[in-house]
Amino acid sequence: MSPIPNPIRPLALLGIDDLLSEEERTIRDTVRRFCDDRIRPQVADWFEAAEIPARDLAKELGSLGLLGMHLEGYGCQGTSATSYGLACMELEAADSGIRSLVSVQGSLAMFAIHRFGSEEQKEQWLPAMAAGEAIGCFGLTEPDFGSNPAGMRTRAVRDGSDWVLDGTKLWITNGSVADVAIVWARADDGIRGFVVPTDSVGFSAPEITRKLSLRASVSSELVLEGVRLPADAMLPEAKGLAGPLSCLNEARFGIVFGAMGAARDCLETAIDYSRSRLVFDKPLAGYQLTQRKLADMAVELGKGMLLALHLGRRKDVGSITPEQVSVGKLNNVREALAIARECRTILAASGVTLEYSVLRHANNLESVLTYEGTSEVHQLVIGQALTGESAFR
Amino acid sequence: MKIVVCVKFAPDSTAPRKFSSDDTVDRVSVDGILSELDENAVEEALKIRESAASDAEVVVLTMGPEQARTAITKTLQMGADAGVHVVDDAIHGSDSIASSRVLAAALERTGFDLAVCGMASTDGGMSVVPAMLAERLGVPQLTMASEVKVDGTAVTIRRDGEVATETVEATMPLVLSVTDAANEPRYPSFKGIMAAKKKPVEELTLGDLGVDAGEVGSAAAWTTVESIEERPARTAGTIVTDDGTGADQLVAFLAERKFV
Repeated sequence: MSPIPNPIRPLALLGIDDLLSEEERTIRDTVRRFCDDRIRPQVADWFEAAEIPARDLAKELGSLGLLGMHLEGYGCQGTSATSYGLACMELEAADSGIRSLVSVQGSLAMFAIHRFGSEEQKEQWLPAMAAGEAIGCFGLTEPDFGSNPAGMRTRAVRDGSDWVLDGTKLWITNGSVADVAIVWARADDGIRGFVVPTDSVGFSAPEITRKLSLRASVSSELVLEGVRLPADAMLPEAKGLAGPLSCLNEARFGIVFGAMGAARDCLETAIDYSRSRLVFDKPLAGYQLTQRKLADMAVELGKGMLLALHLGRRKDVGSITPEQVSVGKLNNVREALAIARECRTILAASGVTLEYSVLRHANNLESVLTYEGTSEVHQLVIGQALTGESAFR
Repeated sequence: MKIVVCVKFAPDSTAPRKFSSDDTVDRVSVDGILSELDENAVEEALKIRESAASDAEVVVLTMGPEQARTAITKTLQMGADAGVHVVDDAIHGSDSIASSRVLAAALERTGFDLAVCGMASTDGGMSVVPAMLAERLGVPQLTMASEVKVDGTAVTIRRDGEVATETVEATMPLVLSVTDAANEPRYPSFKGIMAAKKKPVEELTLGDLGVDAGEVGSAAAWTTVESIEERPARTAGTIVTDDGTGADQLVAFLAERKFV
């Protein structure tokens, strides 16, 4: 049998494109082209240097309409959730760090203001954030409270009509480059959210260095030392932990698609490499052991993509549940990481360099596996849904 | 101000290209897109609209088969206001002269202050249609602009030639063509992508334009394609093993081809 001259790409195996509307494909193609032009040529250097031009990048992402793209009004684009997912997929196919910037800006910071903010807060922040002129971050996790945010130590205390915030947040994406931080703190009546301009006295955001993952992304600590805010800095509509958790659900949704983007990029890279790399005078792609790897990975990629689209359609009609998002996040990140590692074996030694994307993706996905709910937390969410028993503690 | 951008639906220049059985470019079974160089024309038109003192409208005009609608859609996603699509089976096989006849008739029908074209199509690559349009319409032509300035109805361009740079000025209405150095085409915004579906696209036939079918198409073309052959495959080069006579062999090789 002679080789087929133009093999199909992994997602074409299941005809995934036929499940998308023309509008969705156009949005996807636009983001892909943007990434090809503006992100891919530079992202390995950003990763190696652990530096990204976040401000310029935010403006470019904003002018394309990527920031808060699925929100309505206030300068946002109002696309479908599925289109937002597809955009996340293309961004993460370039690098999880770039997708993280967009997720945190749109799904966490902007979503919190959009859903829970006052009209004044929305008017003040959302148009600038949609345009990428203002960058937002989202402070929930603390040094000792990751999976258990209910234990947070950050306090918001009334002083006259003002609020005074004290505490520390950790692993905050965009923190050191943000203009505004959505900070969750314990007040007398429970967990409340605050819109904190980062130039407030007592606020600082030292950057976390020495990361081996998400190096093309800014990660920070937020330190609040007696940060005094006016009464109207509180998000009026968010009371209790349900507020921040609903934001996380938004970001997780983007990850369900995003992880498949990273996986697709790895698999395409590995396929291309295996077709051109000769081993014992034959393309690596022609060996059964390689084909078994590639076939299994393409199957998992296709399944994950179908799951993402299924959740996208449910979100667009408003029937998605948090457990379903947990299924998507658990499966797709876990499988993406497995695919990235397996692809690395196909690229062998070349796979450990930044000349190829596979180990960069694998390293990034280690963070993605942990943030926005660890795999273990999502297993417990699903377990609780199946049994009615809470096994979190 | 009314700006009409003439664009072409051309086979994707990054994909394999084919010819149809009648020796015309296959525009149906091959993936077609908005000719990349026309993106610069659309971008320039949008920039002129955005900086115009008074209301300005960007209409995009194309001629071609049904699929050519995708080229118009792309420009509407970028921000153009409306489209005009001349579709008529008789157009198939038209040369530049016939194309300019159809486009000029369409421009007369829509009316225009500025007719904007790209520097060339990515398939034919003739670069002659803008000049032909200007002749047919009896208006000035400012072609191959790498910089465009609009002040009221006065348009000034910079044309970078091989030996000199020219500054050329004319008054609207006129035909303008821009090079790929004139600007960087924008990505369609998501709002633009969603809004494009609602923008009007008018379909016209040759009859609507008062163009006789005998003036266009393969039969009216001034040239005919006699035959088409695939470019021969590259042959392997000569490998010279240096056994001490390598330099001599190299010189002999170059001398034989009169390179030295």
